[in-house]
Amino acid sequence: MKKLLALVAVLAMALAICTACGDDNKTGGNADNQQGSGNKTITIGIYEPASGENGPGGKQEVLGVKYAHSLQPTVEINGETYDIKLQEVDNQSDTTKAVSAAQNLVAANVSVVLGSYGSGVAIAGGPYFEQAQIPAIGISCTNPQVTEGNDYYFRVCFLDPFQGTVMANFAKDEMKAETAFVITQLGDDYSAGLGTYFKQAFEGLGGTVLEAQFQTGETDFNAILTNVLNSDADVIFAPSSIQTAPLLIQQARQMGITMPILAGDTWENESIITNAGQYATEVYLSTFFDENDTSNPAASEFVTGFKAWLNADPQNLTNNGGGDGVAAVSALAFDAYNVAIEAIKSANSTVGADIRNALPGVDYTGVTGSITFNETGDANKDMAYVKTIDVENGNFKFLKTQSVGE
Amino acid sequence: MDNLSYYIQQLLTGVSVGGQYALIAIGYTMVYGILRLINFAHGDIFMAAGFFMVYASASLPLYISIPLVLLLTVILGVSVERIAYKPLRQAPRMSIMISAIGVSYLLQNFATYYTGGLPRSYPTIPFISEIITIGTVTTSWITLLTPVLTLALVIGLVALIKYTKMGMAMRAVSKDFETAQLMGIKINNIISITFIIGSFLAGVGSILFFTKYPTVLPTIGAMPGLKAFVAAVFGGIGSIPGAVVGAFVIGICENIIKAMGYTTFSDAFTFVLLILVLIVRPSGLFGEKSTEKV
Repeated sequence: MKKLLALVAVLAMALAICTACGDDNKTGGNADNQQGSGNKTITIGIYEPASGENGPGGKQEVLGVKYAHSLQPTVEINGETYDIKLQEVDNQSDTTKAVSAAQNLVAANVSVVLGSYGSGVAIAGGPYFEQAQIPAIGISCTNPQVTEGNDYYFRVCFLDPFQGTVMANFAKDEMKAETAFVITQLGDDYSAGLGTYFKQAFEGLGGTVLEAQFQTGETDFNAILTNVLNSDADVIFAPSSIQTAPLLIQQARQMGITMPILAGDTWENESIITNAGQYATEVYLSTFFDENDTSNPAASEFVTGFKAWLNADPQNLTNNGGGDGVAAVSALAFDAYNVAIEAIKSANSTVGADIRNALPGVDYTGVTGSITFNETGDANKDMAYVKTIDVENGNFKFLKTQSVGE
Repeated sequence: MDNLSYYIQQLLTGVSVGGQYALIAIGYTMVYGILRLINFAHGDIFMAAGFFMVYASASLPLYISIPLVLLLTVILGVSVERIAYKPLRQAPRMSIMISAIGVSYLLQNFATYYTGGLPRSYPTIPFISEIITIGTVTTSWITLLTPVLTLALVIGLVALIKYTKMGMAMRAVSKDFETAQLMGIKINNIISITFIIGSFLAGVGSILFFTKYPTVLPTIGAMPGLKAFVAAVFGGIGSIPGAVVGAFVIGICENIIKAMGYTTFSDAFTFVLLILVLIVRPSGLFGEKSTEKV
C-alpha cells in the first residue's frame, strides 16, 4: 500500500515536470516552428523575471520582445538568412537567483541578451555577460550602476538621476510640495538609488525630505505610514516593486492619508490598478512612453499592431495584466529587440564581441524615440512621461512630458 | 501631532500583525508537540489557502467560498501529512524534516507554475475591510477583529485539548508516542486531527491576512511562516499559549522598531530573539523542561 502510494506520488511529480517542460516548449514555440526551414539560427537571450516581485513587469517586456520577433523573425548575416531563436530565463526578481539565470543564458550560447526588468538583477547578472563577452541590452533598468564599468551592458531607457530629478521637479512645481516622505526598499538597487536621486534633487530645489525604509517582501506599511500621517509631509515618493505598490497605496488610503503618492517607472503596470482598486487615487509616476502620443508615426503603428497581437491570444492579455493597455516597457522592449537586430546586421556576425563593437554605432529611430548610445552604453534620452492612475476607467492617464535642462 | 492617537495606531497595527502570526504559529507548535516535526510546509499551506480563495470567489458567492476554502485548506494539510510525512514515520527525524522542506518548495513552485507568478488580487470581504474612525484613530475592522478572533479561537482550542477525550488523546500522544499507541490510541487519527486543526487555523489566518494585504503571491507564505515559527519557538514550541504570546510579542516589537525608523533591524530583531531564546532558555517561555525518556 505504502509502495503504491509512493509510486503514485512519484508518477504525479513526473507528470508535473513533463507538463512544465511542455509549457516551456510552447513559450519558446515561435522560434521552434521555424526550425524546419533549414536556416542557421542565432539565439537571443531574454533575461527577465517571470515571477517574484517584478514578475508582471518582466512579462510585459517579454511581450514586447515577442511581438518584435513576430514581425522580424529572421536576420541577414553575410548574405545568409538566420532564424532568430528566443531563449527565455526567469531571474525571479531575485539577485541571487539571477546569477544562475544569467549563467544559463551564457551556457545556451546566446549572441545577445535583452533585459532585465529591475536594476538589481541586471547588476547581478551583468558581470557574467561581460565575462562571456555577450552584449546585454537593458530595457528598463534605470540604475546608473547597470552600465557603469561594464563594457557589455547597454540600455535603451533613461537613468534614475534623470528620473529622480523629473519627479522632484514635478512634486515641487505641480504638487507645490515643501516636504516629501521618501519610502524605499532596503537592499534594492533600483528603489534605494531612485530614492537618493529624488532626495538630492528635491533638496536642491529647497524642499525637505523625510525617509523610511522597508524590508524586501514586507506587506505591512502601517508603521511607516503612521509616521507619514504624523509628519508634515505633503507628498510621498515611493519607488518600489509592482508587488509593493498596491499594498502601500491601499494601506495609506485606508489610514486616511490623502496626499499624492509619487513613484517611478515600475509602477506603470495594470496589475497595480487591479490590485489597489478604488484606493489608487492621486498616484503619479514617470515612464518612458505614452500610447496615446500620436506625434511619432512609428509609435502609432506599433500601438495598433501590438494591441491586435495582444488581443489575438488570451494568454498574452493575461501576461499584460488583463487589459490591452500598452505598457511603456513593452514599447522599450520592442525597440531593444530591433536595436539588437540592427547591431547584428552591422556586425555581420553572430559572435557576441563583434555585436558589442557594433552597438555604439547604432542609430535607430524606434517607437520610444531615437536611440543612440553614449560612452557608458546608455541611451541618450532626455524626456519622461508623467502619468496618473484613472481609477474610474482602470488605466493610466497621460499628464505631461517633462525634460530637465542640465 | 497627537501623541496618544499615534501610539494607539502603532500599537493596534502591532497587535493585528501579532494576531496573524499567532494563527500560523499554532499550526507549527501543535504539529511539533505531537510529531516532533517542524512542518516547513505550513507557511505554504497558508499561501495556498489564499489562492483557493482567489479562485473560489471568482465564481462563487462569499458565504459558499469561505467554508469551501477552509475545507480545501484542511484537505491539503491532511493530504500533505498522508503523502509526505506518514510513510516516513519510522524514519529518522531529519528525513521527515527534509520531506517537509520538499513539500514547501513543491507547493511554491506549483503555485508559480499554475498562476504564472503574477500577483492575484484577493476578493474584498464586505464589512471587515471597511474603514472605521474611533476618535482620531483611523483603521479597518479587520485590524480590530484579528486579535479578538485569534484569542477566541485559541481559548476554544485550549478548552478542546484540556476537557475533551480527543484532547486527552492528543496530550497523551505528545507525551509518549509509543506508549499512547500501546494504550489503544489511534495515533493516525490523532495526527490527522492535529493537521486538520492546524490547517483550519492557517486558513482562517490567510483570510484575515489577505483581507488586510490583498495581494496573493506564490512566495508570500515564506516570511509570515518564518516569523510564526520564531514565535512558536520563543513561546516554547509545543505550547499553544506560548505560541500566541510569542506571536504578539514579535508583532508588537517589530512594529515599534519600524515606527522608530530602524526598519533595517526589524527582521534582525526577530532572529536575534530566536538565537537568544535558544541560548538562554532553549525550551522557550512556556515550554516544558525536556526530560530524557529512558
